[in-house]
Amino acid sequence: MSEQVKISIQHLYKIFGDNPEMALEHVKAGMGKPELMDEHGHVLGLQDINVDIVSGKITVIMGLSGSGKSTLIRHLNRLIEPTDGEVIVDGEDVLAYDENNLRGLRRSKMSMVFQKFALLPHRTVLENAATPLIVRGEDREKALEEGNKWLERVGLQGSNNQHPHQLSGGMQQRVGIARALTSNSDIMLMDEAFSALDPLIRTDMQDLLLELQKELHKTIVFITHDLDESLKLADHLVILKDGYIVQQGEPQEILLHPNDPYIVDFISDINRARVLRVRSVMDPTPSAPDNVAGEVDADDNLESLIAKSDGDTSICYRVMSNGEQVGVMDMKDLVKALVPTSAAEGGVRGNY
Amino acid sequence: MATYDFIFDGLGLRGWCGEKTNATMSMEDLLKARSGETTSLWDTPFPSLDNLHDACPAIAQTRGLTGGLENGFLAVKDSLKVVLDPITQPLSWFLNGALSMFQTVPWWIMIPALLAVVFVASKSWRLVALVASFILFLAFIDHYEHAMQTLAIIFVCSFICVLLGVPIGIAMSRSDGLQRGIIPILDMLQTLPPFVYLIPLIFLFSVTEPKLYGIAIILYAIVPVIRLTNLGIRLVDKDVIEAADAFGMTDRQKLYGVQVPLALPNIMAGVNQTIMMSLAMVVIASLVSAPGLGVLVLRGIRNLELGVGLISGLGIVLLAIILDRVTKAALARVNTSGQ
Repeated sequence: MSEQVKISIQHLYKIFGDNPEMALEHVKAGMGKPELMDEHGHVLGLQDINVDIVSGKITVIMGLSGSGKSTLIRHLNRLIEPTDGEVIVDGEDVLAYDENNLRGLRRSKMSMVFQKFALLPHRTVLENAATPLIVRGEDREKALEEGNKWLERVGLQGSNNQHPHQLSGGMQQRVGIARALTSNSDIMLMDEAFSALDPLIRTDMQDLLLELQKELHKTIVFITHDLDESLKLADHLVILKDGYIVQQGEPQEILLHPNDPYIVDFISDINRARVLRVRSVMDPTPSAPDNVAGEVDADDNLESLIAKSDGDTSICYRVMSNGEQVGVMDMKDLVKALVPTSAAEGGVRGNY
Repeated sequence: MATYDFIFDGLGLRGWCGEKTNATMSMEDLLKARSGETTSLWDTPFPSLDNLHDACPAIAQTRGLTGGLENGFLAVKDSLKVVLDPITQPLSWFLNGALSMFQTVPWWIMIPALLAVVFVASKSWRLVALVASFILFLAFIDHYEHAMQTLAIIFVCSFICVLLGVPIGIAMSRSDGLQRGIIPILDMLQTLPPFVYLIPLIFLFSVTEPKLYGIAIILYAIVPVIRLTNLGIRLVDKDVIEAADAFGMTDRQKLYGVQVPLALPNIMAGVNQTIMMSLAMVVIASLVSAPGLGVLVLRGIRNLELGVGLISGLGIVLLAIILDRVTKAALARVNTSGQ
């Protein structure tokens, strides 16, 4: 798989206040968020953010409220102007764009899905879905046809002529996603897209997104405050706290090697057996031991393996990927990997 | 001997003040001089212009202020007229045109036409029936012609208010500086007694010209439509505006595609208020020759003709109900289709 960087964020700073340049110097000299607030009355929004967003993958930016995640995503299409730093999309510096180039970027390269849906209340569902093409000035009939196609694709038939307020939250967000897809952009920005939805509908929408992604391979930047959601969706996970990146990497890697007490706290509550996958905790060896009880797929989660082994910790499984053995899973290692916090590290032999 | 003599004497300004002339003494001064009383501390007058003038003639009297204002206005009047006359001339044409149209079209065309407008605006037969009964009642008691004159003036003035007020409101919503500048003007227009801005208008334009009362009505009635357009656009959901930006809408697309449609309920509420306020002003404007029901009200006051005043007042109330109900029905339709 080609690991082509689609969006590169480099040394991005955002400071809110009357004189951000002055405050920036203090921050670069090492001043922290609370001191900057107390001494200069400026709010440190983002601090030295460096993220490479890989083409065709889902990058999840996770953090609690106030961590700057919504601020960060708005820098990608410059709904918010940074104080310092670079945002490079397809090799071009977005911050150097003039108004026309920026509009072009927003119209055809990046689409966005919003937490509160932000549909146009006076337009029908179909018109809403077709908005990006209508805005671009394309033929109205064609735009509506395209909008209709994507509405059906996200599972929303027969509501075309209704107005957004007649739909439930989940259905409205489907319109929001259809709208983003209609623009046919490579990049989709999703700002807490599912946070306002009921848990069951949220799960549905996550499944829908993963299913669409399997087919479309968009570059998705997804913002959330929900760790379960981020672990489910992320190919690359970025954890943000108080405007700086605490840790980023492959979600399994973060789970097994948390490098900060903040993250240890964060992940201590989750169901590790459901989130961790066999490939992350197996022993990557081509040799087969004697006591193999069977074969498992590298992408199975630990929960399914426990069910399969019927709780027997004395056995091993051969781990397969694409019909070849990639490692061996000892059930004892599996059980050790379930212990949260850094104590689990001893039992981990990742392939990273 | 005036109270504040000591100030000018003490400061050695007596020479600058000039000699006091005792020729023009007021009655009050004469009485005081006769009784020979000196003013006690209790009766000390406020050091106003008039009282200081008593002590020092070089200081102007208050009547010099009002007089100066008047002379100043008269001095710029002619040049002001050169600019204002051509600009406002179309208003006279509109008003004359509307007045003659409402009066020459026979009643059996006019009334059905008005009812058709009511139906198109409200899509409600009940409202049409109400309006029909009111108009027929006014016609029955021989107030048809006056009512039509009032309506004609209101239509023209409200239309011009919307034409000017909505763009001003939009401009205000886009610039905080402009908003800070315009809001005091709007406050002043709304609180200044309507009679007060009739006075300079009388100086500027001939009382026989319709634009005189047209301008007075527009100045008074334009305020709500400006305020509510500004407010309506500022109240448009920030998330929707952000979405419009995120999909690369131009300012123009955003204005006509998002902001104005979403502000429409507020703008319509402003139009409703503007119409009601122009109705209120059209009565006062009858003082400066505006035709219509106001003339009858004025006659009622002037000649103490109680019946005439009350009936024409009732006619104005009926017109107000008609205009209010129809615009509110139109507003309700905008609301339900807009959401």
